[in-house]
Amino acid sequence: MELVSLFIGLTFVNNVVLSKFYAICPLLGVSKKPKNALNMGYAVTFVIFLASIITYLLYYHVLTPLGITYLDLITFILVIASLVQFVEMFLKKTSPEIYKSMGVYLPLITTNCAVLGVALDNISAGYTLIEAMVAGLAVPIGFTLVIYVFATIRERLEIANVPESFKGTPIALITAGIMACAIAGIAGLV
Amino acid sequence: MKKFDVFKKGLFVENPIFVLLLGLCSSLAITTSLTNAIGMGMAVICVLLMSNFIISLLRKIIPNEIRIPVFIVIIATLVKCVQMLMNAYTPALYESLGVFIPLIVVNCIILGRAESFASKNGVVDSILDALGMGLGYTFAVLIISFFRELIGTGGLSLYNPFDASQIIFQFSFFSDYAISLFTQPAGAFITLGTILAFIQFLKVRKANKAKKAEVK
Repeated sequence: MELVSLFIGLTFVNNVVLSKFYAICPLLGVSKKPKNALNMGYAVTFVIFLASIITYLLYYHVLTPLGITYLDLITFILVIASLVQFVEMFLKKTSPEIYKSMGVYLPLITTNCAVLGVALDNISAGYTLIEAMVAGLAVPIGFTLVIYVFATIRERLEIANVPESFKGTPIALITAGIMACAIAGIAGLV
Repeated sequence: MKKFDVFKKGLFVENPIFVLLLGLCSSLAITTSLTNAIGMGMAVICVLLMSNFIISLLRKIIPNEIRIPVFIVIIATLVKCVQMLMNAYTPALYESLGVFIPLIVVNCIILGRAESFASKNGVVDSILDALGMGLGYTFAVLIISFFRELIGTGGLSLYNPFDASQIIFQFSFFSDYAISLFTQPAGAFITLGTILAFIQFLKVRKANKAKKAEVK
């Protein structure tokens, strides 16, 4: 039951994009077409889920026994970079179409705050391995949800009559602000 | 003169947040108070200065194929140093910035400057570029946090980052009419969106004036 509330809490109430500002760059960059947004979401889900397990095990079973926890940042970022490299090679081989459409944003998953952020949060919140796995699944699902909804709204905004000064990024940011209000409205859920 | 241009462009023309839209994650999250903004700005300037310096020194040694992993390892090392120093000397600031200090590793500004400037230019230019970009970032987060703190709490305050009990100034203008939404995440998006719209407005007006002058 606690795991369920952890899952719902991280997916909706404490949604990483709208309440912690992780991963704003892909939110603004990739979210012009809903299909690209979904592909980005899948790739990020895969990377975050594996990264949260691997970094958790490395932290508690390698870094802590050796007393070198100050190397956590370097270790985590190398794990994440290799996972992203793996996804990139995998997509290039299996579906060059998706690979092309994601462009520069695919390698940039390495510098997606959400990936490193989840890995660090898992440690600082003192989760168990199971809880870390749940967090590693809930956070990217929340991310995918937001980025997909945001992409569909932005598709509508393209044809909307927006004041000239607000065209493009400004109106997108204000849309995100209104979505953050909506998310804050369900804060009492968990 | 040319050296000064390298420094200057980061402040306004290529301001990392307002124009290039880099490093938005941290700039939205920590801009709830002026003190946080100054602390974050200092941390970013330190890391950016060191990383541009080291990378421009090593740029001929680092093999091209693995340059990104090498940059990231250098940056992660520097960020960890800054994090440990802040934990020791500015504990209050360290507490309130939280996870966003280690997240400087994945701040696009730092990797972006390493990739597009320091790996191609000399040491002096890279240091000037880092100073300009870092100050531009600090300037931008200060503006965002100025509006958010003023509207969100109805006042402005600044503490000494090294000693939280030392107050530099503290004003309260209209705290009865504060809109607390602006200290919350939603307010960050709306503030930045409005500032960007204002910049776009200025740009459009300038372009229109230029067009009119051409017609005449």
